[in-house]
Amino acid sequence: MTQVPLQTRDLVAGKPAVPGAPLLSVENIHVEFRLDFGTVKAVNGLTYHVNERETVAILGESGSGKSVSAQAVMGIIDSPPGFVTDGSVKFRGVELLTMAEKERRQVRGERIAMIFQDALTALNPVFTVGWQIGEMFREHHGSTKKEGLDAAVELMDRVKIPLARDRVNSYPHEFSGGMRQRVMIAMALALDPDVLIADEPTTALDVTVQAQIMQLLSDLQEETGMGLILITHDLGVVAEVADRVVVMYAGDSVEKGEISDVYHNPAHPYTMGLMDSMPRHDVQKDRLNPIKGSPPDLMAIPAGCAFNPRCPYAQDICRVEKPHLHELGEAGRVSACHFVEEVRDARNRSGSRL
Amino acid sequence: MGRYLTRRVLQFIPVFLGATLLIFIMVWIIPGDPIRALAGDRAMPESVRAALTEEYNLDKPAWQQYWLYISGVFQGDFGTDFRGRPVSELMGQRIPITARLAILAFGFEVIIGIAAGIVAGVRKGNYLDNLVLTSTLVVIAIPIFVLGFLAQLLLGVQFPIFPVAGIREGWFSYLLPALVLGSVSLAYIARLTRAALVENLRADYVRTATSKGLSRLRVVGVHTLRNSMIPVVTFLAIDLGALMGGAIITETIFNIPGIGRAVFEGVQRQEGTVVVGIVTFLVFIYLIANLVVDVLYAVLDPRIRYE
Repeated sequence: MTQVPLQTRDLVAGKPAVPGAPLLSVENIHVEFRLDFGTVKAVNGLTYHVNERETVAILGESGSGKSVSAQAVMGIIDSPPGFVTDGSVKFRGVELLTMAEKERRQVRGERIAMIFQDALTALNPVFTVGWQIGEMFREHHGSTKKEGLDAAVELMDRVKIPLARDRVNSYPHEFSGGMRQRVMIAMALALDPDVLIADEPTTALDVTVQAQIMQLLSDLQEETGMGLILITHDLGVVAEVADRVVVMYAGDSVEKGEISDVYHNPAHPYTMGLMDSMPRHDVQKDRLNPIKGSPPDLMAIPAGCAFNPRCPYAQDICRVEKPHLHELGEAGRVSACHFVEEVRDARNRSGSRL
Repeated sequence: MGRYLTRRVLQFIPVFLGATLLIFIMVWIIPGDPIRALAGDRAMPESVRAALTEEYNLDKPAWQQYWLYISGVFQGDFGTDFRGRPVSELMGQRIPITARLAILAFGFEVIIGIAAGIVAGVRKGNYLDNLVLTSTLVVIAIPIFVLGFLAQLLLGVQFPIFPVAGIREGWFSYLLPALVLGSVSLAYIARLTRAALVENLRADYVRTATSKGLSRLRVVGVHTLRNSMIPVVTFLAIDLGALMGGAIITETIFNIPGIGRAVFEGVQRQEGTVVVGIVTFLVFIYLIANLVVDVLYAVLDPRIRYE
């Protein structure tokens, strides 16, 4: 693994990094898809940041905008129909959204890398895995074919693919699901990125393999010090590896905080609903309580709080005024609910809390 | 792969026998006496007619005729036409002419068709895409004889860039007929390429390629195009056979003495030897083209393996 000298890390596509800025910060980002039959507002004002060596989980159900927001960070939204209409994405303090495509490409893959849910479809079926991993070196560093392949073997070793030297010329369909996801990870880590975005990296895998992949990701993070953004709907995965969590609903965050705080004392009715709908070994429950209703139509997001039609605590104000994130007592803890205190009290009284 | 190829080539034998038999039967059941027709309006002396009928084995039962023909073929004798000229000589003259026409038409299809498909598919919905979609639709909708005469009139007579007809100017005189011959397939190729590209550009691995920081050119040209070529290659192979055999109209309009016209004239005269010989040759072109396609599949997509 070639280490990139530190001084080049202070440059982002030729622009000087801002000292002390978070590794990656996303502010008030809005993404919409303009389709023939209407505009889908997929992300509506999401804000979060990631520091070095930190794992931030973005949690939400399907259609909550978590994947789209990650694609906006990468700059890989299909446009048209997708547009980032507002907000800012800063990498080490340097704005990415206004960058020219050519400069953006130097960040993409090299400084911020991404892995996807289903490694079978996310890897190109007609090229060998070694070729696909090596392409990172050939395209970004101008390496030769041979150097690319050697680097690929090294990376495949690093993500613990057995017999890497023999398997470097195999095609993706010749690997098992877990091994394919390791190939994806090797490819993403090829250029030693500062940030890795993992979009549901374990959803397509069976449970034992899930644990191995998550262990691998956290080991690699330990090694490289990268920031990890983990997009998932799996509360179990989040609990084990994340430092902080951002809970998303209808394209915006409804609650953010340290993982243990959010788990043990959720401060938004939606988060509470998520917790109650999941079987947990640390809480004795007779039956699960799913959240009633279904996620909102992103072409017609309810006025006021987007969660109000499904919220058991909703009052008149929730249907009119959109609640803003406000700080709670704990460090870095915010919630977007008009009635945080009341809701928490009610939950505590009913005894669903640990 | 070796075993697969051997098996495929061995399959050629029954196909060859079946094809020749079928064509032979079809020529044989055409009503009328070909020998009498040779004389046209004049009466033919009965002795001449009997002699000719015997010479061409037309007095024998059909199965014997077929047997005599096929055993001749295996000794390298494709028989003679009614003028006494060996069919092999006729094919030797006509095939290179049609091959030249077909290769040029094929070249137009591959180069212009695929290029137009890429231009249209990469930016779906923009004006170039609409231009390709509309123009290909027009070409597909117009019958080929209209296209042929139009091309002849415009580029041969009004603006005499190309020769109007004939093949006296070598390769150059084949350009216009080849463009006409390939035009419809060219339009299909453009549309097929476009559709496959649009489809594949939505694939997950294309998103991965983009997120690797690759240029758009590389994402489309390397990561998407190869996956999009399978339907196009299939069409091209079948079309190669059609180009060789289906050029009758184009060959007639541009007065090109190729095998399309030879076969047409052979059918009119009920010259079994000519028709069977040429059509069997075309059957082989189809068989070989199909084999090449199946091998190309495995080259294009490593998930396809033959055992």
